[in-house]
Amino acid sequence: MAPSARVNPGAEVRVERLTKTYGDVAAVDDVSVTMAGGSFFTLLGPSGSGKTTTLMMIAGFTHPSRGEIFVDGAPVGGLAPQKRDLGVVFQSYALFPHLTVAENITFPLRVRGTPAAEIRRRVGEILELVRLVGYDGRLPRQLSGGEQQRVALARALVFHPRVLLMDEPLGALDRKLRTHMQIELKQLQRQLDVTVIYVTHDQEEALSMSAAVAVMRRGRIEQVGRPAELYESPRSRFVAEFLGESNAFEAVVVEALASGACVVRTPDGLALRGVAVEPPRAGQAVDCTVRPEKLVIGGTASGDLNHAKGVVEDSTYGGDVTRHRVRLEGGGALHVKVLNQLGAPVRASGDRVMLAWSAADTRVFARDLGRA
Amino acid sequence: MGPATAVERRERRLHLLLLLPAALILLGLFLYPLAGVLFRSVYRDGVTLAYYRQVIESPVYLQVILATFQTAGAVTLICLLLGYPLSYVLASLPPRRGRLMLTLVVLPFFTSLIVRTYAWMILLGRNGLVNNSLQALGLVADPLPLLYNQGGVLIGMTYVLLPFMVLTLYSVMRGIDPALLRAAESLGARPSVAFLRIFLPLSLPGVVAGCLLVFIFSLGFFITPALMGGPGDLMIAMLIEREVEFTLNWSLASSLAVVLLVITLAGFALLNRAFRLDRLFEGQA
Repeated sequence: MAPSARVNPGAEVRVERLTKTYGDVAAVDDVSVTMAGGSFFTLLGPSGSGKTTTLMMIAGFTHPSRGEIFVDGAPVGGLAPQKRDLGVVFQSYALFPHLTVAENITFPLRVRGTPAAEIRRRVGEILELVRLVGYDGRLPRQLSGGEQQRVALARALVFHPRVLLMDEPLGALDRKLRTHMQIELKQLQRQLDVTVIYVTHDQEEALSMSAAVAVMRRGRIEQVGRPAELYESPRSRFVAEFLGESNAFEAVVVEALASGACVVRTPDGLALRGVAVEPPRAGQAVDCTVRPEKLVIGGTASGDLNHAKGVVEDSTYGGDVTRHRVRLEGGGALHVKVLNQLGAPVRASGDRVMLAWSAADTRVFARDLGRA
Repeated sequence: MGPATAVERRERRLHLLLLLPAALILLGLFLYPLAGVLFRSVYRDGVTLAYYRQVIESPVYLQVILATFQTAGAVTLICLLLGYPLSYVLASLPPRRGRLMLTLVVLPFFTSLIVRTYAWMILLGRNGLVNNSLQALGLVADPLPLLYNQGGVLIGMTYVLLPFMVLTLYSVMRGIDPALLRAAESLGARPSVAFLRIFLPLSLPGVVAGCLLVFIFSLGFFITPALMGGPGDLMIAMLIEREVEFTLNWSLASSLAVVLLVITLAGFALLNRAFRLDRLFEGQA
């Protein structure tokens, strides 16, 4: 496709020891991370985790208290926003309400003094790219949410920025449109080979779109990795619970085995095998998590698996899946998610069941005392 | 849309009931006297257009009307030039501090206009604070004529009307999403360019509304020009008052008032056509 050829290859963005304090409170606390050129990088976290502040510091709207930002190796901390050559898509889109779609999109070209012929060519190109041909003369208020979103995107891309920063850009759209835009955005990013730094609190969005995700919490990065890495091998109970669903329970290490494996005992008296993130010590208080879809109902007792007996207490039908709450003999409860496939046995409340799951899916973390 | 349900009809009746006090006040205190003015301007012991003829044929009246419009225009311009930067600063402050500062701007309204006007006369007089200070500093040899002339009128009227300009501009500027300016800067615009291309056009409805408000208030000004102006600084309201108080020529006063009203409405209609004011205000919604 023609347009992609002319776009600058995405720049690598690196932040080093980035910190922003407001009074005594650190909104962003000593964050260091490298976002690979041409990749889709997501900052994920609950509100107040510092993800938007980090993005605004990269954009240049917020001045870091400490630390530096590098774009393709060059420090940009001292540059004004307009000198950084970064496209920004705001949560509110921030379309200029008094300007038409075409005027909004040509704004970055006009302020750069781009020749008229070049402006016309690029606007035609970008309108085609975001599928808004024929919308030139409309005002932002005459557009739907999804169309406004695409204008904001076109405006942020038309001047071929090195990096595209996006602050919860799909937050205002309804669920169906959001899913659709997620796919479009990802395609566009690949096609243009631009670096995207994306801020969201929606873990599903982060998992489905990103090449890499940094999970933020209280101004710090909790874990960085590929979506599957974060989901399958969370390094903290926070990550395990924030991404997807998790059964979490407390336990004590009984025996430390080789390469992080260990045996733990729950307050119910259940002995389980799991995998620890940091080398465990016998007697250590730990938090364990296991994802509801990793639990299998009706397994037979075999040596490699963890087992627990219980009674189905509650079942919730959810279309593609059914969620069961199983009360264990010791008193604790585990949530189980079962795909409603052909031949999947129907469970009812009161059924006595045997749960089985692999040791590798049982994540063991040192007790997190800072948990809110 | 289907036929109105009982609930809808009841709601509509309630709305009409809520409008009633305002409608009664408008009718009793505005439309009725206005009808009286219109009536008196063409009736005194029989229907006559003599008073309108007098207004149009005598150069004095038209000159005063012209001077009134000139003064109102000058006051409006000064208010805009002073009020725009002030409002801009207030609107860019954090909301709490902005509101506090705005309260300070409006504070003078809590004292009587006459008291404030006399206060200005004390400040601006030949032996007033301003002239004494200037002379003490050796900046001027003789007292500056700050009072009883056009300058005095402009200072006094600007002082009274500036808060209206600032209030109007402030509310419009507060409504401009700060993210728009950040967006402009991220797209490569210097702050000055972002202001000229984005902020200024978006604040125009406030500029037009503020100017209209100040201009229309200025046209009817009486106390300030009477106290702070010289004998040559007649405003139309003073002329009308003179006809009512001294010559008891209520019909002439009425026809002057009607002429002023017609010219003002015509001016507004022209402006409306030129700037599409209705659309401008709609765009804010």
